[in-house]
Amino acid sequence: MNILSMKPKTFSLRYQPGFTIIALACFFMLYAPIVTLVIYSFNAGKYISIWEGFSLQWYVSAWNNEIVQDATIRSLVLALQASLYSTVLATMAALGTTRIRPFRGLTAIYAMINQPLMVPEIVTAVALLILFAMIKVATGVQGLFYLVAAHTAFCIPFAYLPIRARLEGMDLTLETAAADLYATPWMTFRRVTLPLMWPGIIAGAMLAFVISLDDIVITEFVKSAGQETLPTYMLGQLRRIITPEINAISTVLLAISLLVVSFFFVVSHKRD
Amino acid sequence: MTSSSNNDPSVFAEQLAVRRHWLLCAPALTVLFLAASGPLLIVLVYSFLESGEYGGVVWKPSVDAWFRVVFQRDIFDDTLSLADAHLKILWRSMRLSFFTTITTLILGFPTAYFIATRPQNSRNIWLFMVTVPFWTNLLIRTFAIMEVIRNEGMINTLLIFIGVIDAPVQMMNTDFAIMVGMTYVYLPLMVLPLYAAMERLDFSLVEAAYDLYATRLKVLWRVIIPLVRPGVVAGSILVFIPALGAFVTPRVLGGGKKMMLGNLIELQFGAGRNWPLGAALSITLLAVVMVALLVYVRTVQKNAELQR
Repeated sequence: MNILSMKPKTFSLRYQPGFTIIALACFFMLYAPIVTLVIYSFNAGKYISIWEGFSLQWYVSAWNNEIVQDATIRSLVLALQASLYSTVLATMAALGTTRIRPFRGLTAIYAMINQPLMVPEIVTAVALLILFAMIKVATGVQGLFYLVAAHTAFCIPFAYLPIRARLEGMDLTLETAAADLYATPWMTFRRVTLPLMWPGIIAGAMLAFVISLDDIVITEFVKSAGQETLPTYMLGQLRRIITPEINAISTVLLAISLLVVSFFFVVSHKRD
Repeated sequence: MTSSSNNDPSVFAEQLAVRRHWLLCAPALTVLFLAASGPLLIVLVYSFLESGEYGGVVWKPSVDAWFRVVFQRDIFDDTLSLADAHLKILWRSMRLSFFTTITTLILGFPTAYFIATRPQNSRNIWLFMVTVPFWTNLLIRTFAIMEVIRNEGMINTLLIFIGVIDAPVQMMNTDFAIMVGMTYVYLPLMVLPLYAAMERLDFSLVEAAYDLYATRLKVLWRVIIPLVRPGVVAGSILVFIPALGAFVTPRVLGGGKKMMLGNLIELQFGAGRNWPLGAALSITLLAVVMVALLVYVRTVQKNAELQR
């Protein structure tokens, strides 16, 4: 088909008038605002819309801002914990929902795992606010625990999907071979199944990490006073006059997400 | 369970396997029940309680919150009227979500088609370029679009520079700003399922249509669009649902003046101090989303039956 379209003056089956222009305009639209935001993070001036020369001062000021430091550390600790826990849970769930004839209740399990993807975030946020307020009143326990629990829950479906995809594409004969060679079920799992699953697990953990790092709605409702993460700090800054410092923080967050997602693509598109 | 299976070892083995699979799912299901699904039941209960004076609830059953979703009582003479403010916000949420779905479809359809008709090796790069904005922080993308449409933003500066307008056009804090912002942030959610449907498009059917003297427009309208309908429905649902529950985008671009349902819910748990009303509004939102999902499932099933 490729050859067909390269022949001059051949009637193209695929051509539709105007589609290419709209598509290219869409790509421009998707990237232009983000690129502008990144460029202005290097602005020497105080205003986000007037270019006054290149400078790293906003990165320096963000770096020295203690509230930003605090929020960054909290964001990272939270995302690391949530992605670790949700990946472990999702790996077990993926093992539990694949490589078996569909059994009664499997659809219910799928529905339960995918539930955070279907319920609007604001509704979950409100629900957790109420639940955690009750627990806090009853027990007096404070701390990051509530955010970790909430993030772990909504990260599960994101970790689960790539792991399940990996398991479904896996060859069962290797495990059968290991069993034939008198490996115990645990040994088979440790030495054969787990190494084969590994790319899926890594991909799942990275998606969970990015999802947790970027979450704003649930965090905004669940956090106690003083528990700002980077996104909630940025949302709070909106009430003031925005300086390019926000652009600098955004650029760093963008860079982290981009790095993780690129890595994810490499890992998940690699065929053994 | 064990007694019935003693006579057949293979049935017994299968039952053991099923039980092992359930056990493997149990921890994830427990966490999801405790921190995602279960709390939704509490919201339902809260919507039928009386509101506490300083937030929270009084544990007395009441349908007042549900009543207040639609009606308001006059503080002086107790007469009933429709709660204009709530209805206006509900209507805005529905309207803006609907128009956002339409604009993302109009923009996303050609984009997905463009990607699907690239040669195999460059297709993944284009696809990656759609996915990247999807994985970048929603708040950052909303900030970015704010930079574009602010009074001192790119568009106004450019228009003033070339002399089309003298004073900046007010775009921030309008319904238009929210719609532009939502179209921008949700566009990848439309393109991805559309692309998945178009990738499988059988172009021999398109060829057949051209052989029968169909025009380009006819081929698009009568062949391509019907064939990728599942993708259109999936994309529309994926955009409509988060748009309806949007919170960040209307808060940043509507500037607290133009609220959507998500912001109204937040208000009840914050300054409004009416948790039962907030709970009732949340359940309303959840119900609309569930109806949309049901429509989606029905359409997918119908399509599956047609293809059999």
